[in-house]
Amino acid sequence: MTLKVLYFASLSEAIGLAAETIDLPPGGTTVGALRQTLGARHPALLTTKNLRAAVNRQMCGWEAPVEDGDEVAFFPPVTGG
Amino acid sequence: MSEVSVQQADFDVGSEIAALSADDPEAGAVASFVGLVRADKLCAPEVGAGGTAQVAAMTLEYYPGMTEAALAEIVAQAKARWQLKRVRVIHRVGRLLPSEHIVFVGVSSSHRHDAFAACEFIMDYLKTRAPFWKKEETPAGSRWVDARESDDRAAARWEGKET
Repeated sequence: MTLKVLYFASLSEAIGLAAETIDLPPGGTTVGALRQTLGARHPALLTTKNLRAAVNRQMCGWEAPVEDGDEVAFFPPVTGG
Repeated sequence: MSEVSVQQADFDVGSEIAALSADDPEAGAVASFVGLVRADKLCAPEVGAGGTAQVAAMTLEYYPGMTEAALAEIVAQAKARWQLKRVRVIHRVGRLLPSEHIVFVGVSSSHRHDAFAACEFIMDYLKTRAPFWKKEETPAGSRWVDARESDDRAAARWEGKET
């Protein structure tokens, strides 16, 4: 399956990427499992404190399912306003 | 008028406040909040206690599409909790200088209690649930602003409360 993965703010700087497209074996996964998988290449995914995630632009927990074609975003805690 | 805007451009506080109650004789209360870029050194501890350095500029990053949707969801929650007439949320992005506007939240209602409470609720949720990230420029370099526990506590106090 193919996923679009986005990184924001300090996480994007630490990884050196804002976005990438990744191919994974078919069958679906979870956001938490995806974090572990990508963390092998991008250690900041595992070391960033209080990392948050969204699937298809909806904030979610680590157990949220990820399917082919989804847009998954990882980011540090928000600091707007 | 859209309820939610994410934009680089500045906004005019007076005309935004006026629009909240324009042509609405039943609007008895308008409450608003304006957030500004603060030129202090509280958020730059590496400058040191005796430092005189200040934040020279702030850059706001966001997640196009998701940020607007998150703000719209926060507005919908506010409308479900209080009797509101109009709501307007504007958040600026890009590079901003001290004293510039960052955020505007305004609500109109028949009565002040709903207006005050909804305005505060929207800001508290925006600080913790809308994807914006601030990066400060100081003489010691650029740094991302850390999330504050006090913001989480401010948002959490609304949970389980009707108003």
